[in-house]
Amino acid sequence: MSIGAEVPRDRAKRLLSGRGKFVDDIDLPRLLHLAFVRCPYAHASIGAIDGAEAMALPGVVAVLTAADLDAAVSSWRAAHKLFPGMAAPEQSALARGVARWQGEAVAGVLGESRALAEDGAERVSVDWQELPAVMDANQALAPEAPVLHGDMANNLAYTAEVTAGDTEAAFEAAAHVVEEHFRFHRHSGISLEPRGIIAEFEPGEGRLTVHQSHQTPHQQQDLYARLLGLPEHKVRVICPDVGGAFGLKHHLMADELVACAAARLLGRPVKFIADRLESFMADVHCRDHEVRARMAFSGSGEILALQVDDLFNAGAYGQYPRTSIAEGNQIMRLTGAPYGHGNYRAGLRMAFLNKSILGHIRSVGHPIACAVAERLVDLGAAALGLDPIAVRRQNYLQGDDFPRTSVGGVELENLSFNACLDKALEIIDMAQFRREQAELRARNVYRGIGIATFVELTAIGPEYYGEGGQHISAQETCLLRLEASGTIRCYTGATDQGQGIDTGIQQVVADGLGLAVPDVEVISGDSALCPMGGGSWGSRGAALAGEAAMRAATTLRRNILAIAGSLLQKNAADLTIEQGIVLDATTDSAHMAVSEIARIGHFQPYSIAEDVTADLTVVERYASRGRLFLAGNGLQIATVEVDMDTGIVTPLRHLVVHDCGRILNPLLVREQIRGGVVQGLGAALYEELRYDPAGHLLTGSFADYLVPMAGEMPDIEVAHIETPTETSALGAKGAGEAGTAGAVGAILNAVNDAISPFDASIAETPITPPRLLRALGRF
Amino acid sequence: MNAKSRRIALTVNGEAVAREVPVRLNLVDFLRHDLGFTGSHVGCEQGACGACTVLLDDQTVRGCLVLAVQADGCAVQTIEGTSNNDNGLMADLQEMFLSLNALQCGFCTPGMLLSAQELLRANPRPSREEIRDYLSGNFCRCTGYQAIVDAVAAVARARHEEPRP
Repeated sequence: MSIGAEVPRDRAKRLLSGRGKFVDDIDLPRLLHLAFVRCPYAHASIGAIDGAEAMALPGVVAVLTAADLDAAVSSWRAAHKLFPGMAAPEQSALARGVARWQGEAVAGVLGESRALAEDGAERVSVDWQELPAVMDANQALAPEAPVLHGDMANNLAYTAEVTAGDTEAAFEAAAHVVEEHFRFHRHSGISLEPRGIIAEFEPGEGRLTVHQSHQTPHQQQDLYARLLGLPEHKVRVICPDVGGAFGLKHHLMADELVACAAARLLGRPVKFIADRLESFMADVHCRDHEVRARMAFSGSGEILALQVDDLFNAGAYGQYPRTSIAEGNQIMRLTGAPYGHGNYRAGLRMAFLNKSILGHIRSVGHPIACAVAERLVDLGAAALGLDPIAVRRQNYLQGDDFPRTSVGGVELENLSFNACLDKALEIIDMAQFRREQAELRARNVYRGIGIATFVELTAIGPEYYGEGGQHISAQETCLLRLEASGTIRCYTGATDQGQGIDTGIQQVVADGLGLAVPDVEVISGDSALCPMGGGSWGSRGAALAGEAAMRAATTLRRNILAIAGSLLQKNAADLTIEQGIVLDATTDSAHMAVSEIARIGHFQPYSIAEDVTADLTVVERYASRGRLFLAGNGLQIATVEVDMDTGIVTPLRHLVVHDCGRILNPLLVREQIRGGVVQGLGAALYEELRYDPAGHLLTGSFADYLVPMAGEMPDIEVAHIETPTETSALGAKGAGEAGTAGAVGAILNAVNDAISPFDASIAETPITPPRLLRALGRF
Repeated sequence: MNAKSRRIALTVNGEAVAREVPVRLNLVDFLRHDLGFTGSHVGCEQGACGACTVLLDDQTVRGCLVLAVQADGCAVQTIEGTSNNDNGLMADLQEMFLSLNALQCGFCTPGMLLSAQELLRANPRPSREEIRDYLSGNFCRCTGYQAIVDAVAAVARARHEEPRP
């Protein structure tokens, strides 16, 4: 069995020698380079655009504006039928008439080199009329606020509420109520490889070929076909090596569509590679939520009710095609999900304002849902004088509570909160920490410990986008080809951005067929070659594409054994395959190699009885039914030291105990979790897209926007509980959200624990030194 | 040749190269787009992320902060050069990165490897803290760094136990 083994990744060997093939590594004959003129204001009307000076530069080939693209690209509106009434203002590939955030593209300049295109972009003049900017959701919803979109009466994009039980009554009757006002600032995915695309149009065949650093080739194929008016089978999207994605690269980005349109209009291939400044300015962003929440407790620590009010913003438009609602929706549905209370009221309000668009970035909504509930639990425990761990254990859903649909409407199959906590407390000696904490405090060293329990929503089912009207596949299909030599080509709709799903699928197929792992090659990331699938996002690869691969392997194995049975004159049911050899299932005596069956199957098919299903290429699919998500769970414990003079928080020890069901490859899962934790630590302590009141981005470089580097990061211990899902044969759940989901809550609680002797608390992330000193009354 | 371009001669991965280059062209763009050595990557063009790290006369530099003309007369090594079979000085490091999965997307990896190799040459027995400190100029968004630190520490131990010829 290779499932469960630490199998290294084939792709990694290439990447380690500098032989990766990322989009910018691809060159094509007569390639043009695209650079953008982006709006320097947060909000401005666009007057005349004059490209004459740019065009006068040798090497500048074209200057394109919205008017030039009118005939080539349709505009779009990000609507979702599950959220009726959600405002979906029209967006176009280049801003038309009004630019609504600093960094929105208004013109594209094509040049013979990137440098020449950028030279040209500097020489395009635009008659800007700066308009008043709205930079905060409260301000956006105020009656006097300037309205971003002319067809809307105000900036309110959507509002929603979920309720369960009688929340008001529960709060009134409660022995204790704690409340907090949280602020989670805006950040982004910050893949090291920026977004990039090469578009090539062949006018004779009417074929658009796109190489793109992206997570979802089939989604892009559909979108480019529809928005550019091309038949879908004439659009091919290839995702080569992708240098990190984290959700950043599974949206439609307006500037990338300009590259496609330009290639078609100009008859030459076009490359666009975002630079770091335009990545900060024009990538999708995440978070930027203001949450007011309160939790009601009985005198003995039982959680009685939870109320959550989330105010956030979509940025200037809804993100297409997924929309920007998911983050608020996850917070509304997921907050407090580990706990068994029956009274719940959660609401969201989403505004439009003058910032880049809010998208789906790793662990959508989870870090906030987790941090809010976990902070309230700690506040409640403190108010009641109870041990915060005991309060959690007392309130965790457990045993007979499952399966259930949470008060927020999330299906929970069988989660292992207590097992995770038990495991964590085996690893971390809380009593010892408290002793050391007390000793250190006596020496003015302030350490804290924080725990955060989370539910992780993975492997979304087809109903969410199917009912929403999006052409986004939640179904996965796997095609297996037994080559004539007995090796396997496996084509999957999942994509690999480094998380290693190619290897996980390789293991599943090898085990399913009884072959060695190196005998299986996985081919992914090509919308023309690979069966239609969703790509990789939302921790769906192992659970969905893995299950489809297992089904395909099972079918191909059945065919191989049927052929073997026919050739050997034996009952196929008495045969098995191990290490590429067909064996007698009871005696283990070897009959023939799979390679021999492959050779006969392809070249001497007449040797096989006619009634045998002898297909050597098979396709199987998997789509979940009747559930929106596959929920996993886990917890994190963080310890930190806070320097009371500087406000600097140093992460010390970090533990994750995680349950993603059956683990395909612990080597991959561990680094998924650690990488996720580090992104969560970035959100908790460093990363913030800051704007000045006029809407100018203040954090346009890595000198201003701080990302976690090796020096600040702790070692991260990872332990597993395995509760396989019973909804699939493979039993795998997703694992990509967990690290990010719990880290913010764990750090927030740890910092508050550290500063608790000062009667201070903080509920704002990132916890920067100035914010922490302010919370301590020292700044 | 005009004021905006200049002829340079250098060695890249051991091979002599002579080209006329725009004076504003940075070294990593020259290596990637003029010479086809695409193993060095461009992540920020501000000297912060380390993805473009290459060796200039045996010292790591940011390929985005060095102009191609500044490499005139120098010896440049990229990940492709240091990965050659006959010059596989980092083969053990690359092998350990593979077995510990010290990379995901691989975009930072060439720079990370060159920085790690430089550290191990200068300090053959670094502590974990020293490894973390030395690699703090190389941004990795995927791994969480721990496997990278583990790999460098393991190679340091192995090189110490079995001195290489």
